[in-house]
Amino acid sequence: MTLATILSFLLIIYLRKSLKNSQPQSSWYPYLNYSLIAIVALFVMQETLYPGPVYMLIWPAILFVLIYILLKQPELSSSKNLVVAILPLAILSSLQALLDVWNYDVTDKIRDYVSIAYPFAFIWAVVFFILFRKQQKALAIERKKREEEEELNKVIAARKNELEAIVAERTAEITKQKDELQLALDRLTSAQTQLIHAEKMASLGELTAGIAHEIQNPLNFVNNFSEVSNELIDEMKTELAIGNMQHASDIANDIKSNLEKINFHGKRADAIVKGMLQHSRSSSGQKELTDINELADEYLRLAYHGLRAKDKTFNAKFETDLDPALEKLNVVPQDIGRVLLNLINNAFYSVTEKRKHNPDNYDPTVIVRTKKLPGKIEISVKDNGNGIPAAVMEKIFQPFFTTKPTGKGTGLGLSLSYDIIIKGHGGSMKAESKEGGFAEFIIQLPT
Amino acid sequence: MKILVVDDETDVRSLFEQRFRKEVRTHEMEFAFAYSGEEALLFLNEHLHEAVLILSDINMPGMSGLELLRRIKTRFEQPPPVVMMITAYGDADNHSQAMKLGADDFLTKPIDFTILKEKLKIIADAKNIGSR
Repeated sequence: MTLATILSFLLIIYLRKSLKNSQPQSSWYPYLNYSLIAIVALFVMQETLYPGPVYMLIWPAILFVLIYILLKQPELSSSKNLVVAILPLAILSSLQALLDVWNYDVTDKIRDYVSIAYPFAFIWAVVFFILFRKQQKALAIERKKREEEEELNKVIAARKNELEAIVAERTAEITKQKDELQLALDRLTSAQTQLIHAEKMASLGELTAGIAHEIQNPLNFVNNFSEVSNELIDEMKTELAIGNMQHASDIANDIKSNLEKINFHGKRADAIVKGMLQHSRSSSGQKELTDINELADEYLRLAYHGLRAKDKTFNAKFETDLDPALEKLNVVPQDIGRVLLNLINNAFYSVTEKRKHNPDNYDPTVIVRTKKLPGKIEISVKDNGNGIPAAVMEKIFQPFFTTKPTGKGTGLGLSLSYDIIIKGHGGSMKAESKEGGFAEFIIQLPT
Repeated sequence: MKILVVDDETDVRSLFEQRFRKEVRTHEMEFAFAYSGEEALLFLNEHLHEAVLILSDINMPGMSGLELLRRIKTRFEQPPPVVMMITAYGDADNHSQAMKLGADDFLTKPIDFTILKEKLKIIADAKNIGSR
């Protein structure tokens, strides 16, 4: 047995081992197996059947073929550095084999050199082998790391797909929600329109009783004055028959004044009915020249009598302080009427609430005032009720905000009023109050 | 007989004056007018015993007719004036409340002047008999 035999054997065993675990399995692996079998067979042949010096040369040849293959084949490239480790030994063992075969005398000196070189070659082999192993291990770690990274990348890719699916699902969900919200918004908008209409109708309902009273009174006068005029005419005829011209003339004056009164009260009823119709009609948005003083007075009376009719215990003083210098203003009368009605109703509500808690020494009063200012007019509705608490003040114009108990107010009145004055007429609206003292709503409209 | 009419409608004055022009002319009846509860009380304070009959509307701004009735009945005890209440809302509620407060009679608007005239005459006759 020679060193070349051992090296060849070890080299094949090593390569076989290093390729064994590679994935996918190397195409070289089966060849290595055959080589191993061939080497073992050759070794057995050498030792038993055909011993001879020729083997001395076969083994180094095999070893160099192996080294050659190792260097040339890319699949085995990771083991290339192994060649560096074993090359000196391989050369030395080959040299020795040659020397052994030829057995020249002159080779004695070389043989000595070879003998001396062997330990160095061994040390060289061991050192480089250790280095090689280290390198291999580092490579293995590197490879493992890469594999792990790949594995991780796969996991990430899978997770990414999963997330994309979730995102798509969520997006669909959000889109659906958006559609639902849009629908809800549309419904709310239409509900708001209905509410505004309902608010208008509710205030009309509040008005109805007031209107009935307000119409009944002038009608009574129309009936009474026409009846009495009828009697007066009979009387006048009698006076004329007896020739009492003075009396007849007096009576005629009375009849004339009665007819004026009938006309006056008829017009009064007419105005109320027209006002009611205007109030119930959907606002056409048509602005027309309107006497604000008349409008304010009319709605103050309507509000008062409406409340009286609803609540027998209700009572309050109402006063007007209307500036006769006020010119007619181009406004939507039914809208401004609604604003006034709302403010006046609120004022009456406030004084009623206050009276409930201090029935004595309290004079519930609501004052409607108009005033001509440079370039604008001012309308104020003031009550001496409970006032508006500071905390509530900034919310009073918000839709659906109300301090009234459920069912008593929609919370739309002031917000609608605000819209009418600000958006509809380019005016301004503000509230001033002292808690427990008074509340005053001041509207300014440009002329 | 002096009659105080209390109503916030000012035209009530000419209506009464014309409806009762014969009675006024013969001084059978004399009318005074107040346009609010407060005004009526002022008048009664100044003309105590003069008005023997008060005709009052219930539905008035400020002091209501019922409040006026209550004050008259608690303040002017001797002699107790006759108080007739008039209202546009001839409902049981106002009626019973007015009766409870001591109203002597109750009329609903629109006033039937024929009935009112008869009622006033009965009261006037009773007063005349009483004063005789």
